[in-house]
Amino acid sequence: MADHVLTTPVSEADIRGLRVGDRVTLEGTLFGIRDATQIHMFDRGRRTRFDLRGHAVIHTAPNLRKVEPSPEHPTGYVPVCVGTTTSDRMERFTRPLMEREGVRIIIGKGGLREESLRAFQELGGCYLAVVGGAAALETTWIEALEDVDLDDLNPESLYRFRIRGFGPLLVAMDSHGGSLYAQVNAAAAARRQAVLERLGAA
Amino acid sequence: MTDTATLSRPNVPLAPEPEAIEEAAKLLYIRALKILPDDVKEGFARLDAGETDATAKTILATMIENIGVAERTENLLCQDTGIPIFNVLIGRNVLVDGWALKQAIIRGTARATREHPLRSSVVHPITRRNEHTSCGERVPVINIDFTDRDRELRLEMIPKGSGSENGSFLQMLIPADGVAAVKRFVVDRVLQAGGKVCPPTIVGVGVGGTSDLCMHLAKIAATRPLGTRCADPEGARLEAELSEAVNALGIGPQGLGGDSTAFAVHVETAATHITMNPVAVNIQCHSARRASATFTPDGIRIGF
Repeated sequence: MADHVLTTPVSEADIRGLRVGDRVTLEGTLFGIRDATQIHMFDRGRRTRFDLRGHAVIHTAPNLRKVEPSPEHPTGYVPVCVGTTTSDRMERFTRPLMEREGVRIIIGKGGLREESLRAFQELGGCYLAVVGGAAALETTWIEALEDVDLDDLNPESLYRFRIRGFGPLLVAMDSHGGSLYAQVNAAAAARRQAVLERLGAA
Repeated sequence: MTDTATLSRPNVPLAPEPEAIEEAAKLLYIRALKILPDDVKEGFARLDAGETDATAKTILATMIENIGVAERTENLLCQDTGIPIFNVLIGRNVLVDGWALKQAIIRGTARATREHPLRSSVVHPITRRNEHTSCGERVPVINIDFTDRDRELRLEMIPKGSGSENGSFLQMLIPADGVAAVKRFVVDRVLQAGGKVCPPTIVGVGVGGTSDLCMHLAKIAATRPLGTRCADPEGARLEAELSEAVNALGIGPQGLGGDSTAFAVHVETAATHITMNPVAVNIQCHSARRASATFTPDGIRIGF
């Protein structure tokens, strides 16, 4: 149950040092990615100009305000509200994100499944849980939107955010085969029979 | 403009102007995204007081903190602007041009999206094209019903988040399956949904009706204020039993373990066919957002 502060990009050793239940606060750069972004990157052969090696991606599609591009807002967007979406829909993109793009950290809500857990174990990655639906708070951890790629997919573009004190996030899936979701789901499944018996519905 | 003296005379029908409906639709969409109803805030306090798991306590505390941050910074509670749903409840002695009302709601929704601005989360189902208005074919979803309230029109707005909307299930059970199968269905769908639907949730359950009515009942149940009961006594008994049952599963906030899986299970019922026993589940996430405007001869009242 250790507390860590990591600045991205991170090394494999940084990731191997994390265990489920630890807390991580991120500093530096964070990339926003989502369903359409990954469908286009991995099913339709599109490539990003961003170097994602050793980086963290968050499952998001932010609310943005359009402005005139300026040194302060080079992308022509100002973040209004940045939050996190359900990760499970993007399960099959974990391995290609890690293998092809070199991503080491996925931030999301609700967890990922067994194949992602295997990829984390084999390639040195982890899943950090943020509290879903707490986007007003999460937005205060975003310093700036620095760059945007694949923006024809707006709002599901690929975003590069500058972050400060992003967290604390919970290590919910680690690179040693540990998954809090698998633990909780197994415990819940084990309680099912007793719950149904009390309902007279076993 | 009709003057107030004329309006407050009995028997003069209430006739809200389309411009007022449009303004209300815009205001309600933005307000719903920013301010959580009091019953949901009380629901958080109740869950927090009863929670025994340390991780779950921390997560609930973050959610409660977020409600305060959203209000202080006038920001959205959640990034998901949802699929916009409007319930229009038309009382007696109310004059409405239905087509104008529908267009006013669409304009208000599009204006909220462009003028705030909000992320348009609505796309064509096949091309996935986003018009950046939160509108599209048959969206906003507009449900119209009639009430016995004299000279009152109520406009309810629900931005329905997708993480929880993806936790929607229908099964056409048969009479021989009995109510036991209805209960099993609810427990098993809550297990299947796990953390994906952003617990703590309101689990909406529809029992009876036709397939489409059953699913709609589940949506009504999921978006009903906390603390309200099913009007049917059998349905009320079922929701009490199921509320206790799902919170004994240990899924907890965000699916990371704990006692607080659901604020409540809500049940809505409708008569069904002698051969049928349909059950539906529709889930509402912890950001259980609603806003309403009530038009009366005295003016417009904004609430939840």
